[in-house]
Amino acid sequence: MQENINNIKESLVRDLESVNKPQDIVDLKAKYVGKSGCITELTKNMRDLSIEEKKTVGMLVNEVKNYANDLISKKEEEINNAILNEKLNKESIDITLPSKKIKRGSLHPMTRMVEEFEDLFVSMGFTVFEGPELESDENCFQKLNIPKGHPARDAQDTFYLKDEVENFLLRSQTSTAQVRAMEANEEKGPIRIVCPGKVYRRDEDATHSHQFMQIEGLVIDKNISMADLKGTLEVMMKRILGEKTQVRFRPSFFPFTEPSVEVDVTCFKCGGKGCSLCKQTGWIEVLGAGMVHPDVLTMSGYDPKVYQGFAFGTGIDRMAMFKYNIPDIRTIYGNDIRFIEQFDRKDED
Amino acid sequence: MLLSRKFVSDYIDLDENLTINEIAEAMTGVGNEYDDAGSLIKCSKLVTGEVLECVDHPDSDHLHCCKVDVGTEVLDIVCGAPNVKKGLKVIVALVGAKLPGGEIKKGTIRGQESNGMLCSMAELGLDNKFLKPEDKEGIHVLPQDTPLGVDAIKALGLDDEVIDFELTSNRGDLLSILGMAYELGAIYNKKVKDIDLSYTANSDDIKNSFKIDVQTDDCSLFLAKKAINVTIKESPEFIKNRLIASGIRPINNVVDISNYVMLETGQPLHYYDANRLGNTLIVRNANDNEKLTTLDSQERILSREDIVIADPNKAVGLAGVMGGLSTEVEEDTKDIIIESAIFDSIKIRKTSKKILRSEASNRFEKGLDPKRTYMAIERSCALLEKYADATIVGGMLEYNNSNITDANIDITIDKIKSVLGINISKEEVISIFERLGFTVKDNNESLNVIVPSRRRDIKIVEDLIEEVGRIYGMDKIEGKLPVLETIKGSYDKTKRAIKHKLADLGLNETMSYTLIPNSEVHKFTKDEFTEVTLNDPMSEDRNTLRYSLLYSLNEIYKYNKARNNSNISIFELAKGFYKDSEGTYQEESKLAVLMAGEYKLDIQRENVDFYYIKGVMEELLYFLGYEGRYSLQINDTIPNELHPGVSAAIVVNGTNVGIIGKLHPNVSKDNVYVMEINLTKLLSFRTGSMKYKDVSKFPGIYKDVAFIVDNKVTSQDIELAIKKAGGRLLTNIQIFDLYPNIEDNKKSMAYKLCFQDPSRTLEDEEVMQVFNTIIDSVTSKFNAKVRDK
Repeated sequence: MQENINNIKESLVRDLESVNKPQDIVDLKAKYVGKSGCITELTKNMRDLSIEEKKTVGMLVNEVKNYANDLISKKEEEINNAILNEKLNKESIDITLPSKKIKRGSLHPMTRMVEEFEDLFVSMGFTVFEGPELESDENCFQKLNIPKGHPARDAQDTFYLKDEVENFLLRSQTSTAQVRAMEANEEKGPIRIVCPGKVYRRDEDATHSHQFMQIEGLVIDKNISMADLKGTLEVMMKRILGEKTQVRFRPSFFPFTEPSVEVDVTCFKCGGKGCSLCKQTGWIEVLGAGMVHPDVLTMSGYDPKVYQGFAFGTGIDRMAMFKYNIPDIRTIYGNDIRFIEQFDRKDED
Repeated sequence: MLLSRKFVSDYIDLDENLTINEIAEAMTGVGNEYDDAGSLIKCSKLVTGEVLECVDHPDSDHLHCCKVDVGTEVLDIVCGAPNVKKGLKVIVALVGAKLPGGEIKKGTIRGQESNGMLCSMAELGLDNKFLKPEDKEGIHVLPQDTPLGVDAIKALGLDDEVIDFELTSNRGDLLSILGMAYELGAIYNKKVKDIDLSYTANSDDIKNSFKIDVQTDDCSLFLAKKAINVTIKESPEFIKNRLIASGIRPINNVVDISNYVMLETGQPLHYYDANRLGNTLIVRNANDNEKLTTLDSQERILSREDIVIADPNKAVGLAGVMGGLSTEVEEDTKDIIIESAIFDSIKIRKTSKKILRSEASNRFEKGLDPKRTYMAIERSCALLEKYADATIVGGMLEYNNSNITDANIDITIDKIKSVLGINISKEEVISIFERLGFTVKDNNESLNVIVPSRRRDIKIVEDLIEEVGRIYGMDKIEGKLPVLETIKGSYDKTKRAIKHKLADLGLNETMSYTLIPNSEVHKFTKDEFTEVTLNDPMSEDRNTLRYSLLYSLNEIYKYNKARNNSNISIFELAKGFYKDSEGTYQEESKLAVLMAGEYKLDIQRENVDFYYIKGVMEELLYFLGYEGRYSLQINDTIPNELHPGVSAAIVVNGTNVGIIGKLHPNVSKDNVYVMEINLTKLLSFRTGSMKYKDVSKFPGIYKDVAFIVDNKVTSQDIELAIKKAGGRLLTNIQIFDLYPNIEDNKKSMAYKLCFQDPSRTLEDEEVMQVFNTIIDSVTSKFNAKVRDK
C-alpha cells in the first residue's frame, strides 16, 4: 500500500512538470483525484479490510489525496495567473496618449478676488452687503459729508444721469454702502459689513478704467478704534497679498472719515527693498480708511456719542493687478478669451 | 504746491543737515504727500567764468573758439551761441558736469579742442516760461561784478531745493509758505518767525478819494488800500528766484510782489491801475451774458453764478479767478489799488472750472483765513514801499461780513485714546497741540483747545484727534482685532453658486462694461422700457446703461473671433438698468450665456447647437430647484435678434424670465447661441429646500414606443401627454430616437418609458394597461400612429 502511494506521488510530481494549460489540469484531476482516478481507486477494496486496517488505509489515502489536491491547485493557480498576466499584457495601452479633455470653465479674476475678500470677511463675522450701482447724489456724496460744491468732488469726476446732474449717478465709490448699511439698520445698532461692487468714474488709461471695482468695509460699535482698523487691515492684506505683507498708516483726508489714513503695504514685487514698481520706496499705496466722521454717523441716524467705527475702501482691480501681475487694467475688462480662460485653477491657500 | 526751501527758511530755522528728501518724507508722515523733491537746478560742476578771447572757428560759420577763465585755469571751449563775445561773464559747465541734457565730455569740435560748455538757462533745465527774451537767444550773461570760479548756481541765486507736494483738499492753509512753516514747526518743534508788516503810510486817507461797495453775499471780506508813485522795474533777484522755485513767472516788481505775498500768506491779491479805474470798486454777481476781457486778452461771457469786481459802468475783474485787461498794471502804472478779499469758495470753484484754474482760484476754493486777508494787504504795502518805491496812502477800505473765528474745542484724553487705540499721556497731547501752535488750557477733566483760524479744517473733537494722531505718528498705532460679539457672516450664496455651476459646465466668465451705445440698448429684448442715459458721457459708444447683457457678450464674441478664437462659451452675471413707468430707476440682476463654435475640445470635437445651450439652461434651472416648473414657449417676448425658428421664451411659473435661441443671421452670420435670464425675476420664485427621496428597492419595467406624428408636433407636447396619461407609475420618459420626414411631413419619435412603484414589484399586466392608455392618449390627441417595430 505504502509503495503504491509513493508511486502515485512520484508519478504526480512527474506529471505536473509537463502541465501548462487549463485542460492539462482537468486531465490531471481526472487521473488522480477524479471519480476513477488512481487515488480514488485505492479505496476500492476497503470494504474487505478490518476496522483497524480501514483506519490506517483511510489515513494514508486521505493524506495522499490532500497532497495531490494541494499540488494540483497550486499548479492551477500558477497557470491561471500566467493566463491573466498574458491577457493584461495584451490590454496594456499607451498611457501617454492625450486624454479625453473635459471642457474647462473659469471664473473672472474679479470674481475670484471678490470671493477671496468675501470668504475672509465672512469668516470674521461680516455680512456681504450689496448696494445699487445707480445711486442718488445724497447717498453717494451728501450723506458722506461731501456737500454740493465740495472740493473733494474734484477727484471723482462723476457720471451723472441725463437730466439728473447732482441728483442721480452711477456710483463713484462703494463708500455709499456705508450710508445704505446704516440707514438699513433699524435698531441703529452694531454693523459689520463689506460691500464689493462696480464703481464708475470719468477716467481711462493704463491704470484707470471708467468702470472698476472696489470693496468697502464698515464696522460700527461702541469701542472701535484706529487700532482695530489697523489689525483688521493687517489680516486682510496678509490674506490677499501674502503673509509677509506689512501695513503702514499715513495720515490723509477723506470727508467721510476723521481721522483719515492712507494705507500702504510693503511692495509685493521687491518685498520692501525698493524697486521700480514702488518707486524705490518699498511701499505701495493701496487703500484709504479712517474713523467714520461723526457727521456721517449723525446723518444716518447714529449717535456719535455712543457709536464710533471704522471704514475702509480699496480697489479690487489694483489688488488683482498686483496678485496676478496684470500690467494694464484694460486687460481685465477686455474679455479676451485667452486672458479669461487662464483663471481656471485654484489659488494657493 | 511747490515749496522752496529758501523761501520757507525765512520763517523757520530748518537744520541744515536735513536733506530735502528727509523733509519731504517727514511731511508725508504727517499726511502731506509729495511727488518729487530735489534741487531746483539739477546740475553739477557749474562755475562762473569770463570769456578772455573769442574768435571765429576756422571750419564753421557759427562756432566760436573761446578762452575762458574759470578762476583756477583758462579753458579752451568751443561755443555756438550767437551772443558769445570777449569780456562776458558766463556759466561754464566743466568736463564731467551733469546737465539735464547729459554729461559734458572733453572733445574736439571740427578739429578744435573743447574742455567744457558755456551754458544757456534752458540748458540748466529751467522751464521755457521762466526765460527772459535775451535768455532765449543764447548763453546766459552774468553781471559784470560776478567773481570767477565760484559755483554758478549759487551766483545765480538758484541754489534752492524744492518739494512738489500733492496736498489734500482740506489743507488749504498749506498753500502758503507760512502754513508750511507752521507744519514743519510742529514736526521739528520749532517756532515760526514773525512776518515783517512794517511801512510808513502818508497822511492822506484812501477814503478821501476811493470807495468800495459790496453788493453780494458771495463776498464775506473785502479790503482795499492804495499805493502811489510806484516804480515799475525788475524785481530783486531773491523775489524772482523764489517765484521761479514756486513755479510762477516773474513779470515786474509790482506784479511779482502780489504773487510773492500770495505765496507767503496764501491770500491772493489783486492790483488795479488806479488811474484807469475811477473811484469806486463794486463787488457784485455778474449779469447773464455780461462780457469781460480778462488779463489774457480773452473775452469771457459770464453768468449770475460768477462774481465780478466792477466800476459803476462795467466789470473790471473776475473775482478770485483773473483780473480784467482794462485795469491791468503795466509799465507806465503809477498808482495802484490793492485788493485783498474772500469770495465764496463754491462760486469760485464753479467759475474757475468753467473759465480757468489759477493759483488764486485754487486758494479761494479751499477757503481762506480772514486774518491772512488783513496780513496780506499789510505785507503787500511793506514790500511795495521797499521794492517799488511806493508811497502808501493812509487808511484802508474795509467790508467785513466774515464770521470765521478761532475754533474753541473741549477734548478729553479718554476720547483720544478710544478713537486712536493708543496709550498717550496728557502731557504728550498738550505738547503736540502746542507744537501745532494751538492754545491749550488744562481743565483737569478735559483740555480746552483754541485753534487759530488759519487751520480752518479743524472744527470738532475728531479733527483734533487727527492732529494728535498725525504728530504722534499714525503708523505707531499697533494693530489689534476688534473684540466683537461672534456673529455669523453671510453672502449671496445663490449668485456665487450660479457662477461656479456655469464654470463647472465649462463656461468662461466675462466682465464687460455697463455702458453701451444708445443705439443698442433696446436690442436683444422685446421688453418696453425707458433706458437710462448719461448726462455727459465720455463717448457716444458708452452713453447708455445696458438693459440686456447680450449686446456685450456678442461684442466679446466678435472681438475674440477677430483674433481667431471662435470657440467661445461664456457667461456673465451683471445688472441691467431701466427707468420704470413711475420714473424710478431700477436695476435687475441678469445672467447671460453665449455659446459658439466647438464646445468640447480635443478628441471629441462638436459644434454647439441649440440643444447644448438648452442643456446649460436645464442644468442651471434644475440646479436652482426649478425642475418641472419651467417650459420653453414660443411667444411675443422673443427678440428680433434671435432666429425665429430656433428660439424660445423661458417661462417659469407662468412668467417670462428669459429668452434662449440662435442669433438671427442679420445679427451674426455664425452659429451663435445665446440665453439671458432675469435672475431678479427668476429668484423671486421660491424653491423648497432639497429633500431626500427613498430609492425604490423594486426594479423598474421599461417599455419602448415610437409615434409617427406631424412635424409640427413638439417633443414637449408629446412628453406632456405621456406624463399625463402615465400617472404615478410612470417614473421616467426618455426620447431615444428621432426620425424626421419618415413620411410626408411626418416624423417618428421613439420613447423609452420606465414604470416603477416604490413599494412593490409591478406586474406586467398592470404596466401594459398604463402603457396602452398612454398610447391611446397620444394617438388620439395628435392623430399619431404607433410605428411598427
